[in-house]
Amino acid sequence: MTNLIIIARKEIQEGLRNRWVLAMTLLLAALALTLSFLGSAPTGNVGVGRLDVVIVSLSSLTIFLIPLIALLISHDAIVGESERGTLLLLLSYPVSRPQVIFGKFLGHIAILAFATLTGYGVAAAVLVATGAVIGAESWSSYLVMIGSSVLLGAVFIAIGYLVSTLVSERGTAAGIAIGIWLALVLIYDMTLLGILVAMQGQALPAGLLDLLLVLNPTDVYRLLNLSSGGASALSGMGGVAANSALDARTLVLALVLWTVGPLVLATLAFSRRER
Amino acid sequence: MTATVTLAEACKQYGRVNAVQDVSLTLHAGETVALVGHNGAGKTTLIKLMLGLIRPTAGAVRVLGGDPARGSASARRRLGYLPESVSFHLALTGRETLAFYARLKRVGPKQADALFERVGLAPAAVDRPVHTYSKGMRQRLGLAQALLGEPRVLFLDEPTSGLDPALRRHFYDLIEELRAGGATVLLSSHALSELEGRTDRIVVLDSGTRVADGTLDDLRREARLPVRVQVRFTDGKGQAHRSFAGRDWTRTGAGSYETRVDAGDKIALLQAVTQAPDAIADLAIAEPTLDDLYVHFLGRAEAGR
Repeated sequence: MTNLIIIARKEIQEGLRNRWVLAMTLLLAALALTLSFLGSAPTGNVGVGRLDVVIVSLSSLTIFLIPLIALLISHDAIVGESERGTLLLLLSYPVSRPQVIFGKFLGHIAILAFATLTGYGVAAAVLVATGAVIGAESWSSYLVMIGSSVLLGAVFIAIGYLVSTLVSERGTAAGIAIGIWLALVLIYDMTLLGILVAMQGQALPAGLLDLLLVLNPTDVYRLLNLSSGGASALSGMGGVAANSALDARTLVLALVLWTVGPLVLATLAFSRRER
Repeated sequence: MTATVTLAEACKQYGRVNAVQDVSLTLHAGETVALVGHNGAGKTTLIKLMLGLIRPTAGAVRVLGGDPARGSASARRRLGYLPESVSFHLALTGRETLAFYARLKRVGPKQADALFERVGLAPAAVDRPVHTYSKGMRQRLGLAQALLGEPRVLFLDEPTSGLDPALRRHFYDLIEELRAGGATVLLSSHALSELEGRTDRIVVLDSGTRVADGTLDDLRREARLPVRVQVRFTDGKGQAHRSFAGRDWTRTGAGSYETRVDAGDKIALLQAVTQAPDAIADLAIAEPTLDDLYVHFLGRAEAGR
């Protein structure tokens, strides 16, 4: 346990020093603030809370941004250290390889959680400061969004580690990471949409659609945030969610599995790696 | 003497390449051993085997009584390692870097800080980020981390390459201190000449096999390299010089001739040469250098293949 914390602490220290933490926090805060003010324009008084509008726009953006940031910090966690030569020295110390992976994970998650919580928290605080009235249900949806954003980040950090332990060059890791990002964030949904259109209104069996959604962590996140409370009315995800057997608990579980799976595989791959 | 590191017919293959082949080696407490060989001779692979970073394809490796690849934490705490061209996380300062490694070895911050002075890293440099460090400063920081926790066994991979002579001497002084304290020090080098008087034993490695193991004198004796005797005659001309004192001489310059003689026949030859002192203007004897020795062992292995 101590080793995990020592390694996590060093990751955080480095993140602070090379201004990763600062850049991420500012980026997320700037986007959240922009959206919360742009987003308030079209609502007027339609009975939807201002925070709900922010949730819809912000979570749509999170789907693109958080996986990208997570892959950016994780894809060279192992292969980068291996190439720079620091990994060799680290592994000669009394630390196990799983401890290296999980320690780094702890550190990177802490960085991501801090940036998300601060960035999105500032947006909510500013909304409150400008006098918006926000209901309790909206608040809980907002908290769910922040929590699931961090969880989505965890998924992609774990995927990044898996890539990082499997390849032998940083460039390859970066290429694969971008490929994964494109595939899961853009191509998967487009393909799914294409299939639904091609079927010309014939509904897919509900179970199959659920499965296809769960197989992509970004869809799990989308379903979790856009299908409940005030957000469902705004986003159109409500229609999908109504036919789905997936409840919030299952969706969170899916995200957790999407984190644990790649993380365990990364640990196994790392233990076999000889460099 | 207690054995701290034992290799028994250790092999390591990468694909079809034999990086280390049937190497048997025992290192003892209080011993400084140099691992010598070309770049790519398998020195680093051998050190990685002893550190347990890679597993032997065949054979056995034992360090401080355990299998290093299984990585018992208590044994690892007593190992120090300085990788070849060591690198650190560039954004952190020297102090932060050493503190990180000290925590992993469960060494207190005070003990860690004391090492800066021991390796001669200036206090002004300690709190600067590592990316501002020169090669020598990095190497000092690298040695400081290797010395954490008073290691019983130290693996130093090319510790002096690229260092200036003053720093190099400081390095060897530190190594001598450690050895005197009962540590096993294994250092790899591709320069045999700088090891004279610094090590108890030399292990020569070529293409992954051990081609020689012993003290410098052992190696010299085993190699039986000829001594070169050079003579400059007062009378520069004359065919007689080529067979002077009953030996074959080769002309190396105006009136200068050279011959090679086995170490055992050296005195006899000198006696014969100095029979007629007037005929000789100058006489020089060149003992085989360490570089000659190095070429001899690595050349012999070449011929054996």
